[in-house]
Amino acid sequence: MNIFIHTFLRDLKIAIKKPSIFINPLLFFIISVSLFPLSITPESKILIIIAPGIICVTCMLSMLLSLNSMFHNDYENGILEQMIISKHSLALIVFAKTSVNWILTGLPIVLLSPILASILMLDNKSIILLLTTLLLATPSLSLIGTIGASLIVGIKNSGMLLSLLILPLYIPILIFTSNAVSQQHFNSTNEAQIYFLIAILFLALISAPFISAVALKAIIE
Amino acid sequence: MSKFIVNNLKCEKNYNIIFDNISFSLSNGDILKVSGANGSGKTSLLKILAGISSCEYGDVNYNNQKIYSSAYQKNICYIGHLGTINYDLKCKENLSYLANIQGLKKANIKKALTAVGLKSYENEYTNNLSAGQKRLVTMAIIFINKAPILLLDEPFTALDDNSTFIIEKAIKKHVANGGICILTTHQKCNLTNIKSIAL
Repeated sequence: MNIFIHTFLRDLKIAIKKPSIFINPLLFFIISVSLFPLSITPESKILIIIAPGIICVTCMLSMLLSLNSMFHNDYENGILEQMIISKHSLALIVFAKTSVNWILTGLPIVLLSPILASILMLDNKSIILLLTTLLLATPSLSLIGTIGASLIVGIKNSGMLLSLLILPLYIPILIFTSNAVSQQHFNSTNEAQIYFLIAILFLALISAPFISAVALKAIIE
Repeated sequence: MSKFIVNNLKCEKNYNIIFDNISFSLSNGDILKVSGANGSGKTSLLKILAGISSCEYGDVNYNNQKIYSSAYQKNICYIGHLGTINYDLKCKENLSYLANIQGLKKANIKKALTAVGLKSYENEYTNNLSAGQKRLVTMAIIFINKAPILLLDEPFTALDDNSTFIIEKAIKKHVANGGICILTTHQKCNLTNIKSIAL
């Protein structure tokens, strides 16, 4: 557990020194969501219907932006080698890095989403539900994204490859998140979607750090 | 008596044979210098010995046991040719994390930095240091890690005569205490009684 805390604090310090790592995805999220009412229509009836989809897609793409650099520096300066031969669990180190990624990108997106949802004319009930679903979805996005980030280590200009690898895995999360909020608008039940999001989160929690660790070992070798 | 035995090692990358038929045996107090032209496989050999990469053929044994085990990792201190430091962190933060990741509890970071002459740079960001000083921050780990096998990839790169002397002295002390050291270098070093292989 000691190495989890050390890796977590180290990555936080590095991120604070290089704020662009987490500010760029947030700016992308804010700008993209704000542009939709201008480009489609400011009419509330239409915006309410498309708002969950807009927020979920931009959230997904913003989180994708933050993944590229996840292991890049550690690979370049040889720390990844040390992590691999470390006496500590590589999965635990990867989990610490994923946690930092979520705290710096996922969590701010969740916190910003009520403001952006109100721009898109969502009602209070839908905003609370959006907040809940994003709180469940964003950690899954970080965890699944880590698998992709570990597979592209050492490959230059790998942004497109990362998207191709990860976006198909993000689709179920996208469907359940936006569908849960949309159903609220039609006063339909949305418990199933939330249960699915919880199941995906648990599945990602117990498998993603281990899969990433195996991928990193294979790639460094 | 610890024995480090390498048998018939073969390394292949992208269907090219990097080296073949490498065998040697080391015991307590031995230093092995691996030399060779650029691209001859010095780093690849060290990575195999550290358990980072696997070899195409052959085997490596330490105390009659294969090296690919977590028990073996406790016996090595590997410093690669890359910096192993993050430029956005301070000297002490970098060394502290390296010590942590190598499983060294209660490491005396200050003492190690003093040993390599970087006492006053403890709170300096590594980005502000020269290439030699950056290398010294990494090399300071050998003053903390007391693992019996030292695997050093180009330890003297960018170091001046005085810093080279400090690292050589640490290596001599390590082998005098019964350790084993395997290093790759292009530079002439003042280490005596060393075994050497050329790739």
